[in-house]
Amino acid sequence: MEHTSALERVLRGAALSAVVLFFMFPIFWIVLMSFQTNETILRSPPSMVFEPTLSNYVALITGRLETQAGSLDIDFMRNLMNSVILSVSSVALALVLGVPAAYAFARHKFRGSEDIAFTLLSFRFAPPLLVLLPLTLYFQQIGLADTYVGLVWVYQLICLPLILWIVRGYFEDISPDVEHAYRIAGHGWGATFMKIALPLAGPGIAAAGLLAFIFAWNNFIFALVLASADKQPVTVGALAFVTASGIQYGQIAAAVVLSIAPTLALALYAQRYLVEGLSLGAVKG
Amino acid sequence: MSDTALDLQAVNKIYNPRSRQAVHAVRDLDLKVDAGEIVALLGSSGCGKTSTLRMIAGFEAVTSGAIVLAGRPIHTLAPARRRVAMAFEGYSLYPPLTVRENIAFALKSERIDQTEATARVDEIARLLDITSILDRYPSSISGGQQQRAGLGRALIRKADLHLLDEPMGQLEPQLRAHLRGRIKHFIKERGLTAILVTHDQTEANALADRIAVMEDGELQQFDTPDVLRQRPANLFTGTFIGEPPMNVFDADAAEEDARFVFRLGDGVRLAYDPGAFRPDLRETILARGRVTLGVRPHSVRIADDGAEATVDASQWLGDQTHIAARFAGTSIVSVRHDRMRLERGDTIGVRVAPEDLHLFDTATGAAISHGGAPA
Repeated sequence: MEHTSALERVLRGAALSAVVLFFMFPIFWIVLMSFQTNETILRSPPSMVFEPTLSNYVALITGRLETQAGSLDIDFMRNLMNSVILSVSSVALALVLGVPAAYAFARHKFRGSEDIAFTLLSFRFAPPLLVLLPLTLYFQQIGLADTYVGLVWVYQLICLPLILWIVRGYFEDISPDVEHAYRIAGHGWGATFMKIALPLAGPGIAAAGLLAFIFAWNNFIFALVLASADKQPVTVGALAFVTASGIQYGQIAAAVVLSIAPTLALALYAQRYLVEGLSLGAVKG
Repeated sequence: MSDTALDLQAVNKIYNPRSRQAVHAVRDLDLKVDAGEIVALLGSSGCGKTSTLRMIAGFEAVTSGAIVLAGRPIHTLAPARRRVAMAFEGYSLYPPLTVRENIAFALKSERIDQTEATARVDEIARLLDITSILDRYPSSISGGQQQRAGLGRALIRKADLHLLDEPMGQLEPQLRAHLRGRIKHFIKERGLTAILVTHDQTEANALADRIAVMEDGELQQFDTPDVLRQRPANLFTGTFIGEPPMNVFDADAAEEDARFVFRLGDGVRLAYDPGAFRPDLRETILARGRVTLGVRPHSVRIADDGAEATVDASQWLGDQTHIAARFAGTSIVSVRHDRMRLERGDTIGVRVAPEDLHLFDTATGAAISHGGAPA
């Protein structure tokens, strides 16, 4: 770093600014949109000068949308709640199932262990629609369609492989002798897992959990097909603003801002873990 | 002989049994370690010594056979219940704990009070020269310091058996030599029983009462360092123990003109007075005809009337001269404790006294005789 010339520093700064601008501008713009009415959003040419309004947020939170064509009930807060329920329980279940499995894959090489691990990863290769259509039929027959349980189950396709592969890399990074030393000092297998392996892989588990949460939160297609209105998360719920009387850009923007707020906050709060977890898991996996 | 502490009975270890890549890592190993004894498992990588240690510790299952420690069969118990302590070759400290906490951790199961625990940690830290790093975290100390901390964590425990896996592999040579003596004294003073795994014969010689030499999963010889050196049971032990390694020649034995003669390659003859070999031994050797001769470099004398050899290299190491020469169609190494000025291509005479000859069966490698007496 000390050896860079002034020109290099300027160029580096310019390049970084360009990247930040490119990725942050849509977020910036959507935040601006969320404080405008449809008229100011749609005027041409667009301008950054407008009179901010909270009406979009008010509409979302009170659940009543007033348009020229009349008033419309929207379930945005319920959708937000659904997103929280689905994402949190999916990640929780995936952690409960995936972390011990990751440990097993990392520590015990048994016949076919690689094949099983790869099969789990391969769930991420197939286009979701491929499994969705048959799954919908099955789910309707066994009564899991349009239930939280059914959705959380399907969400494991997203969360479980992610957690398994990232956390496995973390477990493999821990020297087995650390665990051996603990076991030989008079502790059982279970205690070693709980007291040594889990805390040491903590950052990796947190990163994998966060990442799985973000993926689950952003999922659209599973919920679109498998959930009816009262179980829909925000990603699907935002479609409700495409109404017969026109697209409510202001409300959509406000809905998007509200729905990305939790994941954005999480990502910012834990970005160090995330980057670490991703690079480690990716390289090791 | 004192009581047997550890008894390995026909222990086998096969990795991946029933698969095409089955590896027979340890073969029918029988080994008895007496209480209060330090035994070294010595061998090159892949000889099965570490597998053996890990089976005793309980990290590897025994494929067949039994392990008895202090009268209890332990090979089916969990590591926690075997009452053994172990020092690991690699990094094995708990990262979130300081060195002091790491070492003291081993004492938790003993339920002793804080003052005594602190005193014992301080004592072991002085022994291993790690007092100054006791309050640091494993990530901030060197590999050698981590290894010593790990060794301390094993030695501080009161266990039926202490397993030391290459415990000084990462230490600097001076420190290693210095600590060996202290550790041996510590183990002996407390009457601990220890098994040391190493590939370094200097370390094995310095620390161990008896050395088990292993190769290819099989125990080659189990005896004191002196016996291993003077009466190797087979060609492997003979060439493995000793630095520089033993010189080895194939030879045909014959009696010529009342002399006992070994004909080596290139027409080289080593002739001896038959009286130097016991009569029954002479018969055995003559009956075999072909044998393998072993001579330690320290026993190769340079004398003008000896068999002819041509110097390849001569090196003064500061305290001894190593002379490598072409001899009997192969090469021979001689070690002298004085400085000898020889140039490449010089001709020297080589003599080997009959009492320095080790004879081995050419086919099996089993020892036939050491000096003039049968093995």
